[in-house]
Amino acid sequence: MLSIKNLHASVGGEEILKGINLEIKAGEVHAIMGPNGSGKSTLSQVLAGSETFEVTEGEITLNGENLLELETEERAREGVFLAFQYPVEIPGVSNLQFLRTAVNAMRLHRGEPEMNAAEFMKHAKEVSKQVDLDPAFLKRGVNEGFSGGEKKRNEIMQALLLQPKLAILDETDSGLDIDALHVVSDGVNALRAEDRAILMVTHYQRLLNHIVPDYVHVLAGGKIVKSGGRELAHELEERGYGWLGVKDEEATASSSVT
Amino acid sequence: MATTDKEVSELVKREYEHGFVTDIESDTFEPGLNEEIIARLSGIKNEPEWMLEWRLKAYRRWLEMEEPDWAHVGYPKIDYNSISYYSAPKRPEDMPQSLDEVDPELLRTYEKLGIPLHEREKLAGVAVDAVFDSVSVATTFKEPLAKAGVIFCSISEAIQDYPELVKKYLGSVVPAGDNFFAGLNSAVFSDGTFVYVPKGVRCPMELSTYFRINAANTGQFERTLIIAEDSSYVSYLEGCTAPMRDENQLHAAVVELVALDDAQIKYSTVQNWYPGDENGKGGIFNFVTKRGAAIGKNSKISWTQVETGSAVTWKYPSCVLRGENSVGEFYSVALTNNYQQADTGTKMIHLGKNTSSTIISKGISAGKSSNAYRGLVKFGPGAEGARNFTQCDSLLIGDRCGAHTFPYIESKNKSAIVEHEATTSKVSDEQMFLCRQRGIDPEQAVSMIVNGFCKEVFKELPMEFAVEAGKLLEVSLEGSVG
Repeated sequence: MLSIKNLHASVGGEEILKGINLEIKAGEVHAIMGPNGSGKSTLSQVLAGSETFEVTEGEITLNGENLLELETEERAREGVFLAFQYPVEIPGVSNLQFLRTAVNAMRLHRGEPEMNAAEFMKHAKEVSKQVDLDPAFLKRGVNEGFSGGEKKRNEIMQALLLQPKLAILDETDSGLDIDALHVVSDGVNALRAEDRAILMVTHYQRLLNHIVPDYVHVLAGGKIVKSGGRELAHELEERGYGWLGVKDEEATASSSVT
Repeated sequence: MATTDKEVSELVKREYEHGFVTDIESDTFEPGLNEEIIARLSGIKNEPEWMLEWRLKAYRRWLEMEEPDWAHVGYPKIDYNSISYYSAPKRPEDMPQSLDEVDPELLRTYEKLGIPLHEREKLAGVAVDAVFDSVSVATTFKEPLAKAGVIFCSISEAIQDYPELVKKYLGSVVPAGDNFFAGLNSAVFSDGTFVYVPKGVRCPMELSTYFRINAANTGQFERTLIIAEDSSYVSYLEGCTAPMRDENQLHAAVVELVALDDAQIKYSTVQNWYPGDENGKGGIFNFVTKRGAAIGKNSKISWTQVETGSAVTWKYPSCVLRGENSVGEFYSVALTNNYQQADTGTKMIHLGKNTSSTIISKGISAGKSSNAYRGLVKFGPGAEGARNFTQCDSLLIGDRCGAHTFPYIESKNKSAIVEHEATTSKVSDEQMFLCRQRGIDPEQAVSMIVNGFCKEVFKELPMEFAVEAGKLLEVSLEGSVG
């Protein structure tokens, strides 16, 4: 499925990712943990094709296809989905219109007919219930005036609608209260499938109680410094990052980072 | 990034869709402006003596006026003697009585413009008055309108057939001495539209006029006068296009609206004059005076404009709110790309008690363009309990364009309330990334974001034109991503 080899990326001449190697097979859920500033979000953004970062070395392939040669939207159509840490607002554009445009862009790419407004509405309503969002919210502007929790649920709803091959979840748990965390986790668990890979990026272990990963990796200083099974997350919770020789500036901070 | 730049340079070269020239025989005056030209113009139109006098008076006044230079626009000085003040398609002496009599070449022109008159007549139920260069070519739907008592004809016809109405109202809202371009228009206006809605009548259909400048080196000076008697209602829409030419062309129109007691006039504009090429060569100078007088109590005048064309736009559709409880509205989307310049906005003059006005202005700047909102909200001493709400939002695409807001507020009444909100935002990299990450093309993403930004204004447009306006934005925005 996803293969990352010796990936280096920088922003404004400063290298953030310093040689990442990672293999994720279809059906697997991987968690990337690590202190703030370790490059977790950068990795998510680089995979999705953000133009903020420059890839200076290495390769990324999805089912053998070289992602680095594809534009952001082309990667999306090949099945790369990023649930944003801070979903941005698009005032005046209804969620419904936005989602339908996205879904139809994917369908067009796959050679399927576009969904008309009525069909899509019906489909979107069902999916919105899955993440406990009032269907009325489909008519609101994209992320416009949404609470932190609503934004995150909206991201998961989009993943459910778009059915990606690779879902990257960037700090999807941040800013969620415990109820919302349950809803979001249920949504992500519903995404788990034989033919889909999930990459979760998180600072905290608590999400991993709800979405149990197959593998956990510790990212620090732009490199993966340790990989293991799900038990690694528990170990990190108990012992922090210190034993790995990694400083965590926010080890004592609360989990309400938004 | 490299791909984006390439896309930009390719798309910027897009052709202006309406940039064709129609090959028809036309009678055109030699360039120049003097009393003799005005007399000839008046003579060709067989105008009564009083009309000629009115024109000449305006001309003499204009000679003493100075071209304004306060707008936030720059353009080479216009030589008013190098312009031809009359151009008309050659045709039989009589005005065409039906579409069948209109030059088929002309009809094809309108079809190219996307306004097949026949179609429109049948499908949309829109009555269209089409002004080609200087004369009114065909007015459809005259009969059902006449049945309702609504007069919808060219201003030239109105001067012949309804002289009393024209005499009473022409220049009553925008006097010849109002400003330089209005003065010029008063002297040389060649045609335009006249609408009269009698007392208690709700105009049974949307009225619509399409303007087009075809001949080279001509100016277009149309004059529109709409009168809504007590408790009447009319919705009117105008659309404009012009061929691509390297020289700039002048368009200086005057629109006057008069709303009496409890009357409502809704005036919508979709302006898509040729904006010039990507290097700023050519394009229309659009210097227009539009004003509505809400004379009657509880009357309402509503301007909605979507301005995407012209090289330079200088335009402030305004409302004089004289009647008690009268209402003025201004909804505007002004988009500039490449080297276009727009200085546009409105004036809300509150004179009567409890008058209220709303201004929603959306300016979008892309390329190297400059886009200014200029608005005046004025409360006279008698404007007890009057209020205004203004919202000016600017959206920037790229980092080589400019947006400016010049709001002026003058109040001579302490009870008047004015609220003003202004924002400037950019189509952000984050918004683009979100859209593209969801598989949406960059062009489509920009168009969607801009349409969202304009939503409040588009919902004021008549339904079918709202769709047209959305498409127009899409076309005008092509090549603005980067």
